[in-house]
Amino acid sequence: MSAFLRAVDSGVVGCRVCRLVSRDTLGHDHAAMACPRCGSRLHRRKPNSYSRTWALLIAAFLMYIPANVLPILRTASLNDIDDSTILSGVVELWVKGSPGLAVIVFTASILVPMMKFLVLGMLLLSCHRGSDWARLQRARLFRLVEFIGYWSMLDVFVVALLTALVRFSVLSRVEPLPGVIFFGLTVVLTILASMSFDPRLIWDGRDIDD
Amino acid sequence: MATTSPEALLICEYCDTVHRRRPLVRGDVAQCVRCRAVLERHHGMSTNTLLALVLTAMIAFVQANLWPIVTLGLNGQYSSATLWGTIIAMWHQQAQVVAVIAAATLFFFPLVKMLSFGWLFWFARTGRRAPGFVPIMVTMHYLGPWTMSEVFVLGALVAMVKARVYFDVVPDPGIYAYALLTLMITVFAGVDVRRLWETTAEHPA
Repeated sequence: MSAFLRAVDSGVVGCRVCRLVSRDTLGHDHAAMACPRCGSRLHRRKPNSYSRTWALLIAAFLMYIPANVLPILRTASLNDIDDSTILSGVVELWVKGSPGLAVIVFTASILVPMMKFLVLGMLLLSCHRGSDWARLQRARLFRLVEFIGYWSMLDVFVVALLTALVRFSVLSRVEPLPGVIFFGLTVVLTILASMSFDPRLIWDGRDIDD
Repeated sequence: MATTSPEALLICEYCDTVHRRRPLVRGDVAQCVRCRAVLERHHGMSTNTLLALVLTAMIAFVQANLWPIVTLGLNGQYSSATLWGTIIAMWHQQAQVVAVIAAATLFFFPLVKMLSFGWLFWFARTGRRAPGFVPIMVTMHYLGPWTMSEVFVLGALVAMVKARVYFDVVPDPGIYAYALLTLMITVFAGVDVRRLWETTAEHPA
Protein backbone atom coordinates (compact mmCIF):
# COMPACT_ATOMS: atom_id res chain seq x y z
CA MET A 1 0.00 0.00 0.00
CA SER A 2 2.76 2.39 0.91
CA ALA A 3 6.51 2.45 1.39
CA PHE A 4 6.21 3.44 5.02
CA LEU A 5 6.14 0.70 7.61
CA ARG A 6 3.34 0.71 10.11
CA ALA A 7 3.62 -0.61 13.64
CA VAL A 8 0.74 -3.01 13.16
CA ASP A 9 2.60 -4.66 10.24
CA SER A 10 6.05 -4.64 11.84
CA GLY A 11 5.45 -6.59 15.01
CA VAL A 12 5.79 -3.61 17.31
CA VAL A 13 3.26 -1.70 19.39
CA GLY A 14 3.53 1.80 20.84
CA CYS A 15 2.33 2.82 24.28
CA ARG A 16 -0.20 5.64 24.01
CA VAL A 17 0.73 6.95 27.45
CA CYS A 18 4.55 7.04 27.35
CA ARG A 19 5.18 6.26 23.65
CA LEU A 20 7.62 3.42 24.34
CA VAL A 21 7.83 0.99 21.45
CA SER A 22 7.57 -2.68 22.47
CA ARG A 23 7.64 -5.95 20.61
CA ASP A 24 4.06 -6.90 19.90
CA THR A 25 3.14 -10.09 21.75
CA LEU A 26 -0.57 -9.35 21.86
CA GLY A 27 -1.38 -12.23 19.54
CA HIS A 28 -4.79 -12.76 18.05
CA ASP A 29 -6.44 -14.05 21.21
CA HIS A 30 -6.56 -10.57 22.79
CA ALA A 31 -3.94 -11.49 25.34
CA ALA A 32 -3.32 -8.54 27.64
CA MET A 33 0.05 -6.85 27.51
CA ALA A 34 1.31 -4.05 29.73
CA CYS A 35 3.84 -1.41 28.74
CA PRO A 36 7.13 -2.37 30.40
CA ARG A 37 7.90 1.28 31.16
CA CYS A 38 4.68 2.81 32.48
CA GLY A 39 2.49 -0.24 33.09
CA SER A 40 -0.40 0.99 30.92
CA ARG A 41 -2.25 -1.62 28.96
CA LEU A 42 -1.10 -1.83 25.35
CA HIS A 43 -3.50 -1.92 22.43
CA ARG A 44 -2.86 -1.95 18.70
CA ARG A 45 -5.93 0.24 18.33
CA LYS A 46 -8.08 1.99 20.90
CA PRO A 47 -10.53 -0.61 22.22
CA ASN A 48 -14.00 -0.53 20.63
CA SER A 49 -13.24 2.78 19.01
CA TYR A 50 -16.24 2.71 16.65
CA SER A 51 -18.92 1.83 19.16
CA ARG A 52 -17.59 4.10 21.90
CA THR A 53 -17.21 7.08 19.59
CA TRP A 54 -20.66 6.55 18.07
CA ALA A 55 -22.25 6.24 21.51
CA LEU A 56 -20.58 9.38 22.84
CA LEU A 57 -21.28 11.32 19.68
CA ILE A 58 -24.97 10.42 19.68
CA ALA A 59 -25.24 11.23 23.39
CA ALA A 60 -23.54 14.57 22.74
CA PHE A 61 -25.94 15.33 19.91
CA LEU A 62 -28.95 14.50 22.10
CA MET A 63 -27.63 16.99 24.69
CA TYR A 64 -26.93 19.53 21.97
CA ILE A 65 -30.60 19.86 21.00
CA PRO A 66 -31.85 21.15 24.40
CA ALA A 67 -28.63 23.13 24.71
CA ASN A 68 -29.70 25.20 21.73
CA VAL A 69 -33.45 25.19 22.16
CA LEU A 70 -33.58 25.96 25.88
CA PRO A 71 -32.43 29.34 27.15
CA ILE A 72 -29.03 29.38 28.87
CA LEU A 73 -29.26 32.67 30.73
CA ARG A 74 -31.94 34.79 32.45
CA THR A 75 -31.43 38.50 32.93
CA ALA A 76 -33.94 39.90 35.42
CA SER A 77 -34.27 43.57 36.23
CA LEU A 78 -36.94 45.66 37.94
CA ASN A 79 -39.65 45.31 35.34
CA ASP A 80 -38.24 42.95 32.80
CA ILE A 81 -37.22 39.30 32.48
CA ASP A 82 -35.16 38.35 29.46
CA ASP A 83 -34.13 34.76 28.64
CA SER A 84 -31.45 34.26 26.06
CA THR A 85 -30.32 31.21 24.12
CA ILE A 86 -26.84 30.58 22.75
CA LEU A 87 -27.80 32.05 19.39
CA SER A 88 -29.62 35.09 20.75
CA GLY A 89 -26.60 35.76 22.98
CA VAL A 90 -24.40 35.87 19.89
CA VAL A 91 -26.82 38.21 18.14
CA GLU A 92 -26.97 40.51 21.16
CA LEU A 93 -23.19 40.62 21.35
CA TRP A 94 -23.05 41.50 17.66
CA VAL A 95 -25.60 44.29 17.97
CA LYS A 96 -24.65 45.86 21.30
CA GLY A 97 -21.11 44.83 22.08
CA SER A 98 -18.45 43.99 19.61
CA PRO A 99 -18.91 42.02 16.39
CA GLY A 100 -15.42 40.58 16.75
CA LEU A 101 -16.26 38.79 19.99
CA ALA A 102 -19.61 37.75 18.54
CA VAL A 103 -17.73 35.93 15.79
CA ILE A 104 -15.51 34.20 18.37
CA VAL A 105 -18.50 33.11 20.48
CA PHE A 106 -20.38 31.98 17.37
CA THR A 107 -17.36 29.91 16.33
CA ALA A 108 -16.83 28.38 19.76
CA SER A 109 -20.47 27.66 20.61
CA ILE A 110 -22.08 26.87 17.28
CA LEU A 111 -19.54 26.21 14.52
CA VAL A 112 -17.11 24.06 16.55
CA PRO A 113 -19.71 21.66 18.00
CA MET A 114 -21.44 21.35 14.61
CA MET A 115 -18.11 20.70 12.96
CA LYS A 116 -17.29 18.04 15.54
CA PHE A 117 -20.53 16.18 14.85
CA LEU A 118 -20.04 16.35 11.09
CA VAL A 119 -16.32 15.54 11.08
CA LEU A 120 -16.45 12.68 13.60
CA GLY A 121 -19.55 11.23 11.95
CA MET A 122 -17.91 11.44 8.53
CA LEU A 123 -14.69 9.88 9.86
CA LEU A 124 -16.56 7.03 11.51
CA LEU A 125 -18.52 6.26 8.34
CA SER A 126 -15.57 6.56 5.96
CA CYS A 127 -13.24 4.52 8.20
CA HIS A 128 -15.82 1.83 8.68
CA ARG A 129 -16.05 1.41 4.92
CA GLY A 130 -12.25 1.31 4.73
CA SER A 131 -12.28 4.25 2.36
CA ASP A 132 -8.94 5.61 1.13
CA TRP A 133 -10.52 8.86 0.06
CA ALA A 134 -8.66 12.06 1.07
CA ARG A 135 -6.78 10.36 3.90
CA LEU A 136 -4.34 13.18 4.54
CA GLN A 137 -7.14 15.74 4.67
CA ARG A 138 -9.25 13.57 6.94
CA ALA A 139 -6.26 13.08 9.26
CA ARG A 140 -5.75 16.84 9.41
CA LEU A 141 -9.44 17.44 10.04
CA PHE A 142 -9.34 15.07 13.00
CA ARG A 143 -6.35 16.84 14.53
CA LEU A 144 -8.14 20.17 14.11
CA VAL A 145 -11.25 18.84 15.87
CA GLU A 146 -9.13 17.40 18.66
CA PHE A 147 -7.25 20.66 19.09
CA ILE A 148 -10.10 23.17 19.14
CA GLY A 149 -12.71 21.01 20.89
CA TYR A 150 -12.40 22.33 24.41
CA TRP A 151 -12.78 25.99 23.39
CA SER A 152 -16.52 25.33 23.12
CA MET A 153 -16.66 25.61 26.91
CA LEU A 154 -16.41 29.39 26.39
CA ASP A 155 -20.14 30.14 26.67
CA VAL A 156 -20.48 28.02 29.81
CA PHE A 157 -17.80 30.10 31.53
CA VAL A 158 -19.39 33.34 30.33
CA VAL A 159 -22.72 32.34 31.88
CA ALA A 160 -20.98 31.27 35.11
CA LEU A 161 -19.11 34.57 35.44
CA LEU A 162 -22.15 36.70 34.68
CA THR A 163 -24.15 34.74 37.27
CA ALA A 164 -21.52 35.46 39.90
CA LEU A 165 -21.15 39.10 38.90
CA VAL A 166 -24.62 40.41 38.20
CA ARG A 167 -26.34 40.25 41.57
CA PHE A 168 -27.73 43.66 42.36
CA SER A 169 -30.73 42.40 44.36
CA VAL A 170 -33.91 43.59 42.61
CA LEU A 171 -32.20 45.96 40.21
CA SER A 172 -30.49 43.38 38.10
CA ARG A 173 -29.77 39.67 38.38
CA VAL A 174 -28.47 36.97 36.10
CA GLU A 175 -29.37 33.31 36.57
CA PRO A 176 -28.22 30.25 34.65
CA LEU A 177 -30.97 28.26 32.93
CA PRO A 178 -30.97 24.53 32.05
CA GLY A 179 -29.65 25.11 28.52
CA VAL A 180 -26.20 25.85 29.89
CA ILE A 181 -26.06 22.50 31.72
CA PHE A 182 -26.93 20.64 28.52
CA PHE A 183 -24.35 22.66 26.66
CA GLY A 184 -21.62 21.89 29.21
CA LEU A 185 -22.46 18.20 28.93
CA THR A 186 -22.36 18.43 25.13
CA VAL A 187 -18.83 19.81 25.24
CA VAL A 188 -17.63 17.17 27.72
CA LEU A 189 -19.18 14.38 25.64
CA THR A 190 -17.72 15.65 22.35
CA ILE A 191 -14.26 15.85 23.92
CA LEU A 192 -14.67 12.26 25.12
CA ALA A 193 -15.91 11.25 21.65
CA SER A 194 -12.87 12.69 19.88
CA MET A 195 -10.62 11.03 22.48
CA SER A 196 -12.16 7.63 21.89
CA PHE A 197 -11.84 7.85 18.12
CA ASP A 198 -8.66 6.19 16.89
CA PRO A 199 -7.23 8.26 13.99
CA ARG A 200 -5.11 5.28 12.92
CA LEU A 201 -8.31 3.76 11.57
CA ILE A 202 -8.19 6.38 8.80
CA TRP A 203 -5.07 4.64 7.46
CA ASP A 204 -6.07 1.07 8.13
CA GLY A 205 -8.07 0.53 4.97
CA ARG A 206 -9.85 -2.33 6.55
CA ASP A 207 -11.50 -2.88 9.91
CA ILE A 208 -9.10 -3.55 12.74
CA ASP A 209 -11.15 -2.92 15.82
CA ASP A 210 -9.05 -4.22 18.66
CA MET B 1 14.35 -3.76 12.86
CA ALA B 2 15.50 -6.45 15.26
CA THR B 3 18.75 -4.64 15.91
CA THR B 4 17.14 -1.28 16.71
CA SER B 5 16.66 -0.38 20.36
CA PRO B 6 13.10 0.62 21.31
CA GLU B 7 14.19 4.14 22.30
CA ALA B 8 15.38 4.76 18.75
CA LEU B 9 11.91 4.22 17.35
CA LEU B 10 8.93 6.50 17.40
CA ILE B 11 5.46 5.53 16.28
CA CYS B 12 3.14 8.20 14.92
CA GLU B 13 0.14 8.31 17.27
CA TYR B 14 -2.13 9.40 14.44
CA CYS B 15 -1.38 6.85 11.72
CA ASP B 16 0.80 4.13 13.25
CA THR B 17 3.80 4.72 10.97
CA VAL B 18 7.12 3.66 12.50
CA HIS B 19 9.88 6.26 12.42
CA ARG B 20 13.51 6.16 13.35
CA ARG B 21 14.23 8.93 15.83
CA ARG B 22 16.62 11.64 14.68
CA PRO B 23 18.40 14.10 16.91
CA LEU B 24 16.66 17.45 16.61
CA VAL B 25 18.40 20.79 16.68
CA ARG B 26 16.94 24.11 17.71
CA GLY B 27 13.68 24.92 15.96
CA ASP B 28 13.30 21.42 14.49
CA VAL B 29 9.91 19.78 14.32
CA ALA B 30 9.76 16.13 13.37
CA GLN B 31 6.71 15.42 11.22
CA CYS B 32 5.18 12.12 10.29
CA VAL B 33 6.03 11.22 6.68
CA ARG B 34 2.58 9.78 6.12
CA CYS B 35 0.03 11.95 7.91
CA ARG B 36 2.14 15.08 8.67
CA ALA B 37 1.33 15.00 12.38
CA VAL B 38 3.98 16.42 14.70
CA LEU B 39 6.05 13.56 16.10
CA GLU B 40 8.22 15.59 18.41
CA ARG B 41 9.67 19.04 18.54
CA HIS B 42 12.88 20.39 19.86
CA HIS B 43 12.67 22.96 22.56
CA GLY B 44 15.65 24.88 23.72
CA MET B 45 14.40 25.34 27.26
CA SER B 46 16.45 23.63 29.92
CA THR B 47 14.85 21.90 32.86
CA ASN B 48 15.81 24.86 35.04
CA THR B 49 14.01 27.25 32.70
CA LEU B 50 10.94 25.03 32.74
CA LEU B 51 11.04 24.88 36.53
CA ALA B 52 11.22 28.68 36.69
CA LEU B 53 8.23 28.93 34.34
CA VAL B 54 6.24 26.48 36.45
CA LEU B 55 6.97 28.54 39.57
CA THR B 56 5.84 31.69 37.74
CA ALA B 57 2.66 29.91 36.65
CA MET B 58 2.03 28.79 40.25
CA ILE B 59 2.35 32.34 41.58
CA ALA B 60 0.04 33.59 38.84
CA PHE B 61 -2.39 30.77 39.62
CA VAL B 62 -2.55 31.64 43.34
CA GLN B 63 -3.21 35.29 42.48
CA ALA B 64 -5.71 34.42 39.78
CA ASN B 65 -7.65 32.43 42.36
CA LEU B 66 -7.41 34.81 45.31
CA TRP B 67 -8.07 38.11 43.63
CA PRO B 68 -11.34 39.15 42.10
CA ILE B 69 -11.44 38.99 38.31
CA VAL B 70 -13.92 41.73 37.47
CA THR B 71 -15.99 44.28 39.38
CA LEU B 72 -19.31 45.57 38.11
CA GLY B 73 -20.85 48.83 39.21
CA LEU B 74 -24.50 49.88 39.03
CA ASN B 75 -25.77 53.12 40.61
CA GLY B 76 -23.06 53.11 43.25
CA GLN B 77 -23.44 49.43 44.10
CA TYR B 78 -20.50 47.18 43.37
CA SER B 79 -20.22 43.49 42.81
CA SER B 80 -17.09 41.47 42.09
CA ALA B 81 -16.34 37.83 41.44
CA THR B 82 -13.48 35.43 42.01
CA LEU B 83 -13.13 32.02 40.39
CA TRP B 84 -14.44 30.23 43.47
CA GLY B 85 -17.22 32.78 43.85
CA THR B 86 -18.22 31.87 40.31
CA ILE B 87 -18.14 28.13 41.02
CA ILE B 88 -20.17 28.52 44.21
CA ALA B 89 -22.69 30.79 42.48
CA MET B 90 -23.31 28.12 39.85
CA TRP B 91 -23.72 25.48 42.55
CA HIS B 92 -26.37 27.53 44.35
CA GLN B 93 -28.23 28.31 41.12
CA GLN B 94 -29.14 24.69 40.34
CA ALA B 95 -26.26 24.32 37.90
CA GLN B 96 -24.16 21.90 39.95
CA VAL B 97 -23.00 20.12 36.81
CA VAL B 98 -21.47 23.34 35.54
CA ALA B 99 -19.97 24.05 38.97
CA VAL B 100 -18.25 20.65 38.98
CA ILE B 101 -16.96 21.07 35.40
CA ALA B 102 -15.62 24.54 36.24
CA ALA B 103 -14.02 23.44 39.52
CA ALA B 104 -12.30 20.51 37.80
CA THR B 105 -11.10 22.20 34.62
CA LEU B 106 -10.25 25.60 36.10
CA PHE B 107 -8.99 24.70 39.56
CA PHE B 108 -8.23 21.08 40.44
CA PHE B 109 -6.78 19.81 37.15
CA PRO B 110 -4.58 22.87 36.52
CA LEU B 111 -3.42 22.69 40.14
CA VAL B 112 -2.52 19.01 39.88
CA LYS B 113 -0.78 19.65 36.58
CA MET B 114 1.36 22.49 37.90
CA LEU B 115 2.31 20.72 41.13
CA SER B 116 3.21 17.61 39.12
CA PHE B 117 5.30 19.60 36.65
CA GLY B 118 7.12 21.32 39.51
CA TRP B 119 7.74 18.03 41.32
CA LEU B 120 8.96 16.22 38.18
CA PHE B 121 11.19 19.05 36.96
CA TRP B 122 12.72 19.58 40.39
CA PHE B 123 14.13 16.06 40.28
CA ALA B 124 14.76 16.09 36.54
CA ARG B 125 17.28 18.93 37.04
CA THR B 126 19.76 16.29 38.16
CA GLY B 127 18.49 13.62 35.78
CA ARG B 128 16.60 11.82 38.53
CA ARG B 129 13.10 10.45 38.54
CA ALA B 130 10.89 11.98 41.19
CA PRO B 131 9.26 9.64 43.70
CA GLY B 132 5.96 8.54 42.16
CA PHE B 133 7.29 9.31 38.68
CA VAL B 134 5.34 6.61 36.83
CA PRO B 135 1.86 7.23 38.32
CA ILE B 136 2.32 11.01 38.00
CA MET B 137 3.32 10.74 34.34
CA VAL B 138 0.34 8.47 33.63
CA THR B 139 -2.03 10.91 35.42
CA MET B 140 -0.62 13.80 33.38
CA HIS B 141 -1.39 11.89 30.20
CA TYR B 142 -5.03 11.45 31.18
CA LEU B 143 -5.40 15.08 32.30
CA GLY B 144 -4.51 16.03 28.71
CA PRO B 145 -7.30 18.26 27.37
CA TRP B 146 -9.10 18.83 30.66
CA THR B 147 -7.47 22.07 31.78
CA MET B 148 -9.27 25.11 30.45
CA SER B 149 -7.85 28.24 32.13
CA GLU B 150 -7.18 29.86 28.76
CA VAL B 151 -10.82 29.36 27.72
CA PHE B 152 -11.88 31.00 30.97
CA VAL B 153 -9.78 34.08 30.18
CA LEU B 154 -11.55 34.50 26.85
CA GLY B 155 -14.85 33.87 28.65
CA ALA B 156 -14.05 36.64 31.13
CA LEU B 157 -13.38 38.97 28.23
CA VAL B 158 -16.73 38.12 26.60
CA ALA B 159 -18.55 38.52 29.94
CA MET B 160 -16.96 41.95 30.42
CA VAL B 161 -18.02 43.12 26.98
CA LYS B 162 -21.55 41.80 27.54
CA ALA B 163 -21.82 43.51 30.94
CA ARG B 164 -20.44 46.80 29.63
CA VAL B 165 -23.79 47.56 28.03
CA TYR B 166 -25.56 47.82 31.41
CA PHE B 167 -22.86 48.25 34.04
CA ASP B 168 -19.59 49.96 34.80
CA VAL B 169 -16.94 47.31 34.27
CA VAL B 170 -13.66 47.47 36.20
CA PRO B 171 -11.10 44.75 35.48
CA ASP B 172 -9.45 43.51 38.69
CA PRO B 173 -5.94 42.13 39.32
CA GLY B 174 -7.22 38.57 38.93
CA ILE B 175 -7.72 39.01 35.21
CA TYR B 176 -4.09 40.13 34.79
CA ALA B 177 -2.89 37.13 36.77
CA TYR B 178 -5.00 34.99 34.46
CA ALA B 179 -3.46 36.67 31.42
CA LEU B 180 0.02 35.79 32.74
CA LEU B 181 -1.12 32.24 33.45
CA THR B 182 -2.41 31.94 29.87
CA LEU B 183 0.97 33.09 28.59
CA MET B 184 2.67 30.34 30.64
CA ILE B 185 0.19 27.77 29.35
CA THR B 186 0.97 28.84 25.78
CA VAL B 187 4.70 28.40 26.40
CA PHE B 188 4.07 24.97 27.90
CA ALA B 189 1.82 23.92 25.04
CA GLY B 190 4.94 23.28 22.96
CA VAL B 191 6.62 21.19 25.67
CA ASP B 192 6.07 17.45 25.54
CA VAL B 193 6.73 16.26 29.07
CA ARG B 194 6.89 12.70 27.81
CA ARG B 195 10.52 13.38 27.01
CA LEU B 196 11.11 12.98 30.75
CA TRP B 197 10.70 9.24 30.18
CA GLU B 198 13.92 9.39 28.18
CA THR B 199 15.85 12.17 29.88
CA THR B 200 15.54 10.83 33.41
CA ALA B 201 16.84 7.54 34.72
CA GLU B 202 15.54 5.39 37.52
CA HIS B 203 18.98 4.82 38.97
CA PRO B 204 21.32 7.59 37.87
CA ALA B 205 24.97 6.65 37.54
